[in-house]
Amino acid sequence: MRQLRFATIGSVDDGKSTLIGRLLYDSKSIFEDQLEHVEAVSKRRGDEYVDLSLLTDGLRAEREQGITIDVAHRYFATPARSFVIMDCPGHVQYTRNMVTGASTADLAIILIDARHGVVEQTRRHSILTSLLGVPHLVVCVNKMDLVDYSEERFKEIREDFESFAARLNLHDVTFLPISALKGDNVVDRTPDLGWFEGPTLLHHLENVYTASDDNRIDVRFPVQYVIRPRTTEFHDYRGYAGTVAGGVLRVGDEIVVLPSGLSSTITGIDSADGPLTEAVPGAAVTILLADDLSVTRGDMICRPHNRPRVVQDHEAMLCWLDSNAQLQTNKLYTLKHTTRSTRAKVSEVRYVLDISELHRKEPTGPLAMNDIARVVIHTAEPLLRDDYEHNRVTGSFILVDESTGATAAAGMLLPPRE
Amino acid sequence: MRPGITGLEDEAITIIREVAACFERPVILFSGGKDSVVMLHVAVRAFAPAKLPFAIMHVDTGHNFPEVIEFRDRCLAGFGLDLTVASVQAAIDAGKVADAPSRNPLQTVALLDAIAENKFDAVLGGGRRDEERARAKERVFSHRDTFGQWDPKNQRPELWNIYNTSLRPGEHFRVFPISNWTELDVWSYIQQHDIELPSLYFAHRRPVFRRGGMLMAETEFLHAEAGEEVFEEQVRFRTVGDATCTAAVESSAVSIADVVAETSIARVTERGATRADDKISEAGMEDRKRQGYF
Repeated sequence: MRQLRFATIGSVDDGKSTLIGRLLYDSKSIFEDQLEHVEAVSKRRGDEYVDLSLLTDGLRAEREQGITIDVAHRYFATPARSFVIMDCPGHVQYTRNMVTGASTADLAIILIDARHGVVEQTRRHSILTSLLGVPHLVVCVNKMDLVDYSEERFKEIREDFESFAARLNLHDVTFLPISALKGDNVVDRTPDLGWFEGPTLLHHLENVYTASDDNRIDVRFPVQYVIRPRTTEFHDYRGYAGTVAGGVLRVGDEIVVLPSGLSSTITGIDSADGPLTEAVPGAAVTILLADDLSVTRGDMICRPHNRPRVVQDHEAMLCWLDSNAQLQTNKLYTLKHTTRSTRAKVSEVRYVLDISELHRKEPTGPLAMNDIARVVIHTAEPLLRDDYEHNRVTGSFILVDESTGATAAAGMLLPPRE
Repeated sequence: MRPGITGLEDEAITIIREVAACFERPVILFSGGKDSVVMLHVAVRAFAPAKLPFAIMHVDTGHNFPEVIEFRDRCLAGFGLDLTVASVQAAIDAGKVADAPSRNPLQTVALLDAIAENKFDAVLGGGRRDEERARAKERVFSHRDTFGQWDPKNQRPELWNIYNTSLRPGEHFRVFPISNWTELDVWSYIQQHDIELPSLYFAHRRPVFRRGGMLMAETEFLHAEAGEEVFEEQVRFRTVGDATCTAAVESSAVSIADVVAETSIARVTERGATRADDKISEAGMEDRKRQGYF
């Protein structure tokens, strides 16, 4: 089974930390020294109960202020699967952390307080999940104990969410009633939720099928590094190392190298475990070609009749991340896309997205941290690019501020304007 | 992502190759400890059949277990790689730092000096996010300023698998290719590839004494004090570091398979069980990391 990387999105009030604590505790993934430590700190601070959020809040400032500043990674495994939890703080000002966590997530968990139902924060989190193309979403209706485990209330919230989410790009949404505090339906089934016929949260996480999330159709192999041993034994070895970004490459396949457009045939696929006959998405391999072409980092190997677009003008959704500088249109940034770096400028901000309501707003000033906007970008060299919705690897990029080195923005490429 | 440990190795290779492509003078930190051994194996495999294009460096506290140093040299000789040693003893002798009972924090000075002297711009370490809570907040490509400091509240966000490798003069990166591996993943990889490790990782009998709830080895660098009774016990080490602050655990695991079995049912983290220096305060690791520690 593939490792599952999931983002938990929400704030303390939703019971997110309690949920993570419950998952770890009931799956016996908290180590004794970690629990002792959390108990000792809770006691010293005079907390009434053991604060399981201390398990994930690792920095001094977080512990002092009782808030989560940064995405924390936690690891646990059951006999069925191994997991990485990317715990994203849910405060309004921390959109940037959610975007970061969601960018690598296979699945997102959004918590809804059963007493309050779908609120602005639920909408914001769902819109970001949709925007970042997270393949699977689990909506946990939490604190069911506080609404008498009412099936009716659960259904009402589900219908509410569904009518709002119909406008979003969410493909696989699962609704689960739970009580993280009482442990209902997180790891174990309990009689109080006897009416619910679906899985427990852990059972769902163990079984959600992610192998089909990769794009296995469109062959994309960004060349990362050229391997030339320069030894007598491997005198003529010239291998193109990289990680498969899409499709399945096979020995014998005809290919073209972009942007040159020169064609050749794959004669070998080397990997850490020796030669392979095929390479699937995510595999770090070295491709050998029949012809001696000039191929360098930043080039892309693909199939002759299935190519990414090779263009310099781009439509994109841009999430501004830099807290110290705002977007300056027509300023030069370094744009990093797959293994290619080029200079880029944002020529126009078409609209700013109101992520609470999915409304489009006229920009009122320069983009600042946590703003999400549709923009027009021009690159000094062409990108070998796909739309983000078709491929998260070849459809994403970052902008780097050349004067500070900061990661200024994250971008998702959109289809060209009609 | 491919299933299991193969997927984690793919990710590590991708990171290691990115370092080779984006930096001028990368170095791999190698102590002979299991995490650095695994990282080195993955790195060598990432460039085969070409030679590893990185320097190798050990930050040596001088308080070593002899088995580890013997293993370190033999392992590197097997790969045909040369070693640079950044010596804490030399830093003490030069008057740059004052000696202390635990030399673990002093490694930072020797490390930062060696980085500056050799103009290393990317320093690969075997740190893992599951080890410790400050590490859980660490980036894969972690930017360090000209003082080698880590600013945890001001880290560059890391999205998808796109790594911002932008540097200004005098700055460097710490890079952690096995960030997402757990202790059990490391042992599973060691088992799958039958990788040799220092003998300390397997159960053996040695004189030990109890201090602060931990089993410390009686060595030339660390002796039992009055009231601490030395006795012989069958132990192994879950981590291997400075002899003065690395504790042993009681164990009967004599083979890799035994250790994998033991690790999969362990109820205490490896650092909780064996690192005296992390017990000092809630933020012991964060404070050391801020100043430039691994």
